[in-house]
Amino acid sequence: MAAPMSLLVEFGGGAELLFDGVKKHQVTLPCQPEPWDIRNLLKWIKQNLLKERPELFIQGDTVRPGILVLINDADWELMGELDYKLQDQDNVVFISTLHGG
Amino acid sequence: MALSEAARLRAEIGRREQELGALQGQLAAVLAREAAEELAAGPALPPLEARASLSPAEILRYSRQLVLPELGVRGQLRLSRCAVLVVGCGGLGCPLAQYLAAAGIGRLGLVDHDVVEMSNLHRQVLHGEAREGLPKALSAAATLRQLNSRVQYVPYHLALSPGTALELVRQYDVVADCSDNVPTRYLVSDACVLAGKPLVSASALRLEGQLVVYNYRGGPCYRCLFPKPPLPETVTNCADGGVLGVVPGIMGCIQALEVLKIASGIGSAFNQFMLMFDALEGRFRNIRLRPKKPDCAICGDKPTLTSLQDYEAFCGSSATDKCRTLCLLPSEQRISVEEYKKLLDEQVPHILVDVRPQVEVDICYLVHSVHIPLSKLEGKNEECLKFLEKRICEEKQRTNGKMTFPVYVICKLGNDSQKAVRVLQELSDKELGLILAKDIRGGLMAWASKIDPSFPQY
Ligand SMILES: [Zn+2]
Repeated sequence: MAAPMSLLVEFGGGAELLFDGVKKHQVTLPCQPEPWDIRNLLKWIKQNLLKERPELFIQGDTVRPGILVLINDADWELMGELDYKLQDQDNVVFISTLHGG
Repeated sequence: MALSEAARLRAEIGRREQELGALQGQLAAVLAREAAEELAAGPALPPLEARASLSPAEILRYSRQLVLPELGVRGQLRLSRCAVLVVGCGGLGCPLAQYLAAAGIGRLGLVDHDVVEMSNLHRQVLHGEAREGLPKALSAAATLRQLNSRVQYVPYHLALSPGTALELVRQYDVVADCSDNVPTRYLVSDACVLAGKPLVSASALRLEGQLVVYNYRGGPCYRCLFPKPPLPETVTNCADGGVLGVVPGIMGCIQALEVLKIASGIGSAFNQFMLMFDALEGRFRNIRLRPKKPDCAICGDKPTLTSLQDYEAFCGSSATDKCRTLCLLPSEQRISVEEYKKLLDEQVPHILVDVRPQVEVDICYLVHSVHIPLSKLEGKNEECLKFLEKRICEEKQRTNGKMTFPVYVICKLGNDSQKAVRVLQELSDKELGLILAKDIRGGLMAWASKIDPSFPQY
């Protein structure tokens, strides 16, 4: 049984526009039988935070192309991507890549 | 009589000078394009000569950086032998090229297919008011020549293409991606991998910036990080999203710093890091990135791409930052600005709904329009719908209960207005009574260019 967990979830690079323009979200994940990982977190975000047009954030069970996920200031590729087991007080950032100049 | 004669002549001279200016601009553009095509296709530029020492003039000029032990004479001599290709002479490329020129880089290749527009000047600081309509590559080279005439400038007034990119990149030592669109970012990265050149890449939008050094000391390439391109509808350009000029300015300066570190032999510390800048918070963030991916399509162990491809097809978007034109509605559900003007003149009862965000309505609006942002319409905001229904009812009463009431929708360019018409069609009858919704092609910018020249363009 995973205990409730407190996370700082951040959105940037324009991804925050799908979340009422709010960049920082202090969230508490409820207890659940299996441990929290990024895969579950994405589902939770889709149900609880995502206000509009989910396809601009999530495709299938992962983030859409062009969004980079950072876990405690590291590329999620280095951390196990969707399978990373979240820890209390983790900082997860979803950043949309910019192309302008 | 003499006075008016003088005034007439002055006016005539002014007119001809203007004509002359325009012709000179056109000639410069044609010459530049020809020269650029020749350069890109033609023989390689001669290599920059290796020199054993600096001249007294160079010592004086670069003295404040020569005394830095990290750079020194060795580093300065390396800079003078280094050729840097700058892809994009806009908000990032201008400050980048300025600092590279000032620092005494050997050669600067300046690529840009675009011409200077008034709306560029707030961030593209090498171009001035007098350069409107001139090719950016030429304008940048002209300004830089005044700053440091010892640097070789090679302006390329062309869009980097799969046909020219590799040959061009091979002639340079370091590449700076200062472009403004997704296809060009993949093209530049792939060309750098194939040519084995380090790529210092920056981007900026709104109040944020990002910087990565790709294909450098075991670090990833752009494809390692982004194997799949983003869907075109998820990409925002500077015209749509806005950008505070100093933000690309800051990112371009850091980009120049990393180019100088690589060119001088100091080396970049960014080989496996991304720098993120949030201008609102005043915060820089260093993100640890993945190394080069063994399964990357171009830089991996078994690359499936061995030459450049069609990047516009790959990304599903064109290689410019110009706004996209959507075509969601059949033509009978759209009217032109001329048709709308006629309808206004004939006082045909209708409602005009402006669906732009508030911040754009603050810039300019048509006085008789009703403002309901697209996001509120899409979210079926109750308050907004009630307000719209009320306005429709009021107008309807003046028309002796005509059955279907015309509602016209306008936005900046005619994209969002089509989406809004779709929403209004769903709401017709039940929520809003019987309405006939149409959008105005080309939006307020078409209104400004074709109907009312005094209406602001942004
Ligand atoms: Zn790669």
